[in-house]
Amino acid sequence: MHPTDFTIRGALEALSEGIVSSEALTAAHLEAIAALNPRLNAFVTVTAERAMEAARASDARRANGIAGRLEGVPLAIKDLFCTEGVRTTAASRILGEFVPPYESTVTANLLRDGAVFLGKANLDEFAMGSSNATSAFGEVENPWKRGNDDGTRLVPGGSSGGSAAAVAARLAMGATATDTGGSIRQPAAFCGIAGMKPTYGRCSRFGVVAFASSLDTPGPVARTVEDCALLLESMAGHDPRDATSAKVAVPDFAAACARGVKGLRIGVPREYRLEGMPDEIEALWSQGLDWLRAEGAEIVDISLPHTKYALPTYYIVAPAEASSNLARYDGVRFGQRVDGADLKDLYERTRAAGFGAEVKRRIMIGTYVLSAGYYDAYYVRAQRVRALIKRDFDEAFRDVDAIVTPATPSAAFAAGEKQDDPVAMYLNDVFTVTANLAGIPGLAVPAGFDRQGLPLGLQVLGRDFDEETVFAVGTAIEHAAKLTALPQVRAFA
Amino acid sequence: MSFTIEGETGPWELVVGLEVHAQVTSRAKLFSGAATEFGAEPNSQVSFVDAGFPGMLPVINRECVAQAVRTGLGLNAQVNPWSRFDRKNYFYADLPQGYQISQFAHPIVGTGVIPVELSDGSVKEIGITRLHLEQDAGKSLHDQHPSKSYIDLNRSGVALMEIVSEPDMRSPEEAGAYLTKLRQILRYLGTCDGNMEEGSLRADVNVSVRKSGEEFRTRCEVKNVNSIRFVMQAVEAEARRQIEVWESGGTVEQETRLFDTVRGETRSMRSKEDAHDYRYFPDPDLPPLVIDPAWIEELRAGLPELPDARRARYVNEFGLSAYDASVLVAEKETAAFYEEVAAGRDPKVAANWVMGDFFAMLNRMGKGIEDSPVSAKHLGALLDLISDRTLSGKMAKEVLEAMGETGKPPGTIVEERGLRQVTDTGAIEAAVDAILAANPDKIAQYREKPTLFGWFVGQVMKAMKGQGNPALVNEVLKAKLDA
Repeated sequence: MHPTDFTIRGALEALSEGIVSSEALTAAHLEAIAALNPRLNAFVTVTAERAMEAARASDARRANGIAGRLEGVPLAIKDLFCTEGVRTTAASRILGEFVPPYESTVTANLLRDGAVFLGKANLDEFAMGSSNATSAFGEVENPWKRGNDDGTRLVPGGSSGGSAAAVAARLAMGATATDTGGSIRQPAAFCGIAGMKPTYGRCSRFGVVAFASSLDTPGPVARTVEDCALLLESMAGHDPRDATSAKVAVPDFAAACARGVKGLRIGVPREYRLEGMPDEIEALWSQGLDWLRAEGAEIVDISLPHTKYALPTYYIVAPAEASSNLARYDGVRFGQRVDGADLKDLYERTRAAGFGAEVKRRIMIGTYVLSAGYYDAYYVRAQRVRALIKRDFDEAFRDVDAIVTPATPSAAFAAGEKQDDPVAMYLNDVFTVTANLAGIPGLAVPAGFDRQGLPLGLQVLGRDFDEETVFAVGTAIEHAAKLTALPQVRAFA
Repeated sequence: MSFTIEGETGPWELVVGLEVHAQVTSRAKLFSGAATEFGAEPNSQVSFVDAGFPGMLPVINRECVAQAVRTGLGLNAQVNPWSRFDRKNYFYADLPQGYQISQFAHPIVGTGVIPVELSDGSVKEIGITRLHLEQDAGKSLHDQHPSKSYIDLNRSGVALMEIVSEPDMRSPEEAGAYLTKLRQILRYLGTCDGNMEEGSLRADVNVSVRKSGEEFRTRCEVKNVNSIRFVMQAVEAEARRQIEVWESGGTVEQETRLFDTVRGETRSMRSKEDAHDYRYFPDPDLPPLVIDPAWIEELRAGLPELPDARRARYVNEFGLSAYDASVLVAEKETAAFYEEVAAGRDPKVAANWVMGDFFAMLNRMGKGIEDSPVSAKHLGALLDLISDRTLSGKMAKEVLEAMGETGKPPGTIVEERGLRQVTDTGAIEAAVDAILAANPDKIAQYREKPTLFGWFVGQVMKAMKGQGNPALVNEVLKAKLDA
């Protein structure tokens, strides 16, 4: 077995038993990155020297009997998290060579626990996209190939496409990611790994470049549900520097994975059965429910009546917040500047050159829906619908303990597809945006493959701050699925 | 008393409302831990939050909220247990985030009222519409470089209270009196230092004119007026301008104007058409501000005595005239000084000394009460020397003068200069006897003309180098002359 094949749990055990060192683990991952990143483009910045130094320091700590809960584990960091002394780009030209003089709370927590950072993972520009195609640093390739391998490059999903591709291809054991409308769960599903969007407020947003503040949720991606639980335990916790961070204790998520589902009531929302949904998605969903039933869960039909309004609501709320959040990128204090004849000209030139087309589109939409005369019709109504969507879930969770749905309406699509039709692209988030609007936790777990051998995932939704049940249900699906296939493009294959 | 401006078409009434921006007295900014001290090196009090860096988040400063609540209570206003912060979006170089965090739809303080004293002795109640918390912007410096502007972000993020009045004022005097009173309340509360020169307090003045009995006409807003005198001038200048527009057949357009303090006139800054669309929406980084009613009561209990209550106490308990009480409470520092002087002494005598000789001395020296060379403790000691008859009133004035020059306590000056008043009846009798013996002719004249008594007093006092107790000198002299 190669060091890059370890799960995080397995690596922690091997490290504590002295079978492997963090230096060896980190070196193996850096070697894999050197070999595959030119093709996959999963990292925009590789901090090899820093990583090796950190690994050696970690081994020294361990030798001294000090081992954090992620001691020595090499991770990728989505390049939306500010990392002190390491360039942070949000995959946008406008940030230029910006090097933050501060560390995001989530990454600081991981460092506190001994994690080793390999580098910064690619993403859609400002996390706006579902295919990683909007990155200023180029597209990311999905390490999975269609069975007939016709040479088609598939997208890894987005916005956390670099994180998901890196973890799937074994360029990192796990990665940080963020989820505003599905940006953890959709790429995790496309890349055949697990991804957890925790409850809003569970992980601090301090130091995370903002897209849509009321929806942005940091979370982990990893190759197993339990690894996600281990990462989340470290990433989570109240942060006085984020006023929306929740003052709740962080439970033992990894222990919750093994709870089983016996006696749990699992809801199946009828509104998620979409017209024209591929039958293999339908079949996967039924299969997942059968597995849970076999493990002693009770399957219950439920209704989330406002589901159909979720996507339009999301595409009002998220751009509205983004249009304001991105106003600070004006070329005056940091990042890239294009000089102009006067201040307004400088703003216009800087922003015209610095933002990509999708970001501009969303700034335009957001500016429009907040404008005088349109605010009530769009933003205020969207907020009302958002409250109704939340109420749907509150009512459902009075009756059920978790909800299971497909993670995405399709498997990974080919690069270039859906590029001309933003609405088709937005439909990728149809199953995932509801959890962001409601703030509840959602997990994507690999559950099977489509006819072409591409991974498909199921989504588990839970009550506010009840990630434990979500992890338990996800683990049950993962264990029942017994998936063994690996992506064609992977380290040391 | 109704104020009007006479135009060609007859008298016009003024309608004035004020929006006052008051910088909250607090060590740290509204949403960051950076310091707020005035006059620091440019860009030395700026956190990454204030500079709008990526990923930075605002976290409300509890002390700023407490200050807004105190102010609301001091304005007899409703404190809202639920309020919310909104973003006001616009681009400017001194606004790093591209939006100002303010309270648009749900302010922390609702309607209130403050009584304002006018020069004719009447009191007018001016309504407060609302008070909300917001961030200040940075400062653009356009005069430091021929082709560039510099930005100082020290003020960026500093907490402001915007206090909006009802359009209840009807004259320049009322506008001035309202702002004076508001400033006085803020300073008593310690929630704003009221320093208009440093920009801690500035006013946007809304003015319209109308004929008696009419509805309101279109108003104009005169921005950023930075003294009470200028507010009064701006009200009058803007009213006269509007009257001219109306009377020449024109229409006053709603717009934002600036007051040119040199020319004493207002001029257009931007019209309604150029107004920004601020795209207000609730700030998603900040949960609603929920205030525990118990905390409001705690803050209420800790409020200092406000000027109106203090003035009433001076009148009712100290027996001061309404005028004297008003003068003494006008400034928090004066009132505190006076109370220290009056403590354990006759409050009326204390008031006379503070407002009389003491103020006169400060005036002559060109000093304020905060840098007075004579402390309240020393002035009190001086009054004690009068009441125990060590000093006569006249001598005390002399001692006060010396205290002003030297800063020494009165006891020391009395010792050094041998200024002790003579109250020994024997010494006074001796002095009186000597004068009487030397002036038999005057005694004869006195029999005819009793007003000559004053001449004898003067002679005795002169002989005693002014140190004879005047009352005793009078008493002894009278007894001997009339014997």
